[in-house]
Amino acid sequence: MLIIMALLPFLGALLPSLMIRAGRNACAIFTALPTFLALVILLILSPSVMRGEVLQAELAWLPQIGLSASFFLDGLGLLFAGMILGVGLLITLYARFYLSGEDPMGQFYTFLLLFQGAMLGIVLSDNILLLLVFWELTSLSSFLLIGYWKHLPEGRQGARMALAVTGSGGLAMIAGMLILGNIVGSYNLTDILQAGDAIRASDWYLPALILILLGAFTKSAQFPFHFWLPQAMAAPTPVSAYLHSATMVKAGVFLMARMWPVLSGTDAWFNIVTTTGLITMVLGALIALFKNDLKALLAYSTVSQLGLMTMLLGFGTQVAAVAAVFHIINHLTFKAALFMTAGIVDHETHTRDIRRLGGLRHLMPVTFVIATISALSMAGIPFLNGFLSKEMMLEEASHTGLFGSPSALPILATIGALLSVAYSFRFVVHVFLGPVRDDYPHKPHDPPFGMWAAPALLACLVVLIGVAPFLAEGIVTAAANAVTGADLHPHFKIWHGFTPALWMSVVAVVSGAILLLQYGMLDRVWEALPRPEAKTIFDHLVAAVVAGARRVTEITHNGAISRYLAIFTIASVALGWVAYSGGGLGPRTRDLLAVPLVVAVGWLMLIVATGYVVVNHHHRFRALVLIGVIGLTVSAGFVYLSAPDLALTQISVETVTIMLLLLALHFLPKVTPRESSLALRLRDGAIATVAGLGVGGLAYAFLLRDTDTISDYFIANSYEGGGGTNVVNVILVDFRGFDTYGEIIVLGIAGFLIFSLMHALLDGPAAKRLRARDYSQDRSHDRHPLMMVVVTRVLMPIAMVVGIYIFLRGHNAPGGGFVAGLVVAIALLMQYMASGFAWTQARKRIEYHTLIGMGVVIAGLTGAGAWLFGQPFLTSAYTYVHIAPVEEFELATAMLFDLGVFLTVLGAVMLMLYSLSRIARFAGETVNMEPMDYDPSEHVDDGKVKV
Amino acid sequence: MIEYAIFFAGICYGAALLLDLWRIAVGPDAADRILALDTMVVNVIALLVLYGLWRGTAVYFEAAMLFAMVGFVSTVAYCRFILRGDIIE
Repeated sequence: MLIIMALLPFLGALLPSLMIRAGRNACAIFTALPTFLALVILLILSPSVMRGEVLQAELAWLPQIGLSASFFLDGLGLLFAGMILGVGLLITLYARFYLSGEDPMGQFYTFLLLFQGAMLGIVLSDNILLLLVFWELTSLSSFLLIGYWKHLPEGRQGARMALAVTGSGGLAMIAGMLILGNIVGSYNLTDILQAGDAIRASDWYLPALILILLGAFTKSAQFPFHFWLPQAMAAPTPVSAYLHSATMVKAGVFLMARMWPVLSGTDAWFNIVTTTGLITMVLGALIALFKNDLKALLAYSTVSQLGLMTMLLGFGTQVAAVAAVFHIINHLTFKAALFMTAGIVDHETHTRDIRRLGGLRHLMPVTFVIATISALSMAGIPFLNGFLSKEMMLEEASHTGLFGSPSALPILATIGALLSVAYSFRFVVHVFLGPVRDDYPHKPHDPPFGMWAAPALLACLVVLIGVAPFLAEGIVTAAANAVTGADLHPHFKIWHGFTPALWMSVVAVVSGAILLLQYGMLDRVWEALPRPEAKTIFDHLVAAVVAGARRVTEITHNGAISRYLAIFTIASVALGWVAYSGGGLGPRTRDLLAVPLVVAVGWLMLIVATGYVVVNHHHRFRALVLIGVIGLTVSAGFVYLSAPDLALTQISVETVTIMLLLLALHFLPKVTPRESSLALRLRDGAIATVAGLGVGGLAYAFLLRDTDTISDYFIANSYEGGGGTNVVNVILVDFRGFDTYGEIIVLGIAGFLIFSLMHALLDGPAAKRLRARDYSQDRSHDRHPLMMVVVTRVLMPIAMVVGIYIFLRGHNAPGGGFVAGLVVAIALLMQYMASGFAWTQARKRIEYHTLIGMGVVIAGLTGAGAWLFGQPFLTSAYTYVHIAPVEEFELATAMLFDLGVFLTVLGAVMLMLYSLSRIARFAGETVNMEPMDYDPSEHVDDGKVKV
Repeated sequence: MIEYAIFFAGICYGAALLLDLWRIAVGPDAADRILALDTMVVNVIALLVLYGLWRGTAVYFEAAMLFAMVGFVSTVAYCRFILRGDIIE
């Protein structure tokens, strides 16, 4: 049940976006449905929780790292889940009437449900890793909600700021939670809650505390992170009412309450949390008083009230914890109602500027009543619920000392209360009282019932709890017991007698009212005072971070490949040197072999050709010829060193590469310009030499020592396991078939990429440059020489047979799909070269794209076929078949896989060369449809050749 | 006896390779280099065959065949490049 409840909002999040097609009402109903179902489940579960039971449910997720999807429901979770779901329902109703026709409502409700699910996850998680996941989800989904009005720059900026602040706090919290989990040895919240003493005694207590508090303070907008909340007010009002009064900003308070049994009770906790809460409470209230934007006023008042709750939790006493829990409920009711009334005022008058409002009580009587009740509760007037928890706060504050001073805290708490009275009164007096004006941007009147129903319900709760506080005792007791871990039975009373708290209240209300009477004068003083603007500071901070990041990026990533290669090479050489100097190198166990004369020739060829390329690489064509020499020598070397498979592959790849480079070179300058200074070239030369010597030394060291390699395993198991005697091929298609599968996919993607890049390139300005280029080279007039055409036609079937042969025997002798694909590709390319692009293209039956796709699909299906026999992906099987006239031969599934490799290689190579050769068409070169320049068969007439 | 013959032939082809390398290095023009590279392929093929004879296996013969088949293609490509510029028209 618990898991279903936690998942309902996420599942439900799919509905609104679909149901919006059925109309706005259907959309709202289907948003309310999952919320309502979850609330019903919660109500069913609540009686047992109220009795003090803790419900648990667990699903293993990643048990290896201690992450399980486990949920639990205790009193605190019940309180918060009830708030999240209950207010969620009200907000759904309110938003239905608040959002205008142009707003994408389905999207809004989807975001809302996502957020609701994330929030519900936080309060129900029994695993702190899971809690972190949900914590980040609330940051993300609130980003979407705050930035819902994408067209407004304030909305986007506010969303970004909220994400930056709460997101970085979340990062800090991840670290803190991991430390906590390490101390306890378990990531389960229920285990952690039992281990309070061990945690407080640990050396890591303070870092963990600070990191977790950073997360909580940023989320709950505590000083000095309070600035994001007012900026987030650019969100639609339902979002502000939901996220910024009832739920998200309370997540930090929730976390502090959740961790209260393990983290509180130390001096560090008291000093940090109480001081932060106190500063936030007073500062928030002070700023709120002077805000002219209705929602900004409410935002700062929320900051202040959250400070109050934080401070109460910071006290560390059980009574204070009860007061904090009680105030969470009370604040929710009046603040959500106030936000919604602010939204109504904005909706009706088209302004939220208090200076342009006033006298609304005659025009909007219903709204006026709701707003007044809620605001008076916020001010702490008797018979409203705000009074009760504020009294408890003042009572606790009156006998708590701070930093050795017994009177500092009571005085500051009274000042906080006084300011909150002042801004609450201001909300009512400056908006609703006073004379009716005739210059509202829009003539206001009360909204439809659907819009004021939700705040009216909340206002009823405000009065109900205020008059009959015992109604809330049950849930507060359950939650407070869950927070403190004790068995408390608090009783709420309206009248406590003439206590210090009462006098503090009286002082606060009277002075608050006086303050408001003097508002005009105070406002001028406030405006004249210099004060730091949080948004500007934040913007500068972000700009500085961005600039710093950019500087680092520009130093390391300046776009010059020479720098990247230099950094990479130096790092590799340094690592190699560290490994070498570590002394892990054993003594030599082998002797040098004699060098035959011909091999020495090959060695000399490699050295000379390589050196020549280095010196002459500016002449691109000459360098290409030299690369041909190197490729040839390396291929011959592979043959000599008993790697015929490699040799076959290498020589084919060389040929294809040369053709590719020649195709490209036609459209490139034939000489590379000299771009680096002499010093730079010397530096690069030195680096290259050192790296080359390093690699050479490494190879030398390895060749002289016997090392254990995995080759022995492959050789031993190749036939038995893979059914082939060619170890190289068995490795490719069997042992490491998954690797090969990935590689052919990459190869296919590379082919497509070149194709589409070329497409994009030739559609762009490059095509114009290509056409404008001068190709007036002195060209031979033999465009498609007869000789060459005939030879390539004859070679075609031979090459195909060779390709098929190499493919078929690949499993047992040198060859395989890869080489075969290259050989066939070369055979086809010869036709392209001999008879031209258009003629060959016209005879192509299958698109190269299709070949690639077929190859990957065949290989994939072969691999998946193993599943049918209950084997893991790509398990191969083989058997021997005997058909009468043919010798006995082997059939292996690996061959089918190899067919996939073959097709992909063929398709990819052809697609690449095809793409490159298309450039010429775009450059305006002509094609011819004839197979050759001079076709003798067309000119034969009675044995005589026409001229 | 055959060992001596193979050894002698190997020396000859090795020397030919070095001469090819010389021609590729000094040029003077592209056609010289392409021809030298083609000759080099032929010489390498010969060496592979000799090596196969010496080791008494057919594997190298096949490799030599394949070298012959694809080696000629790059020569054609180089030639088309200097004659026509575009190798696939």
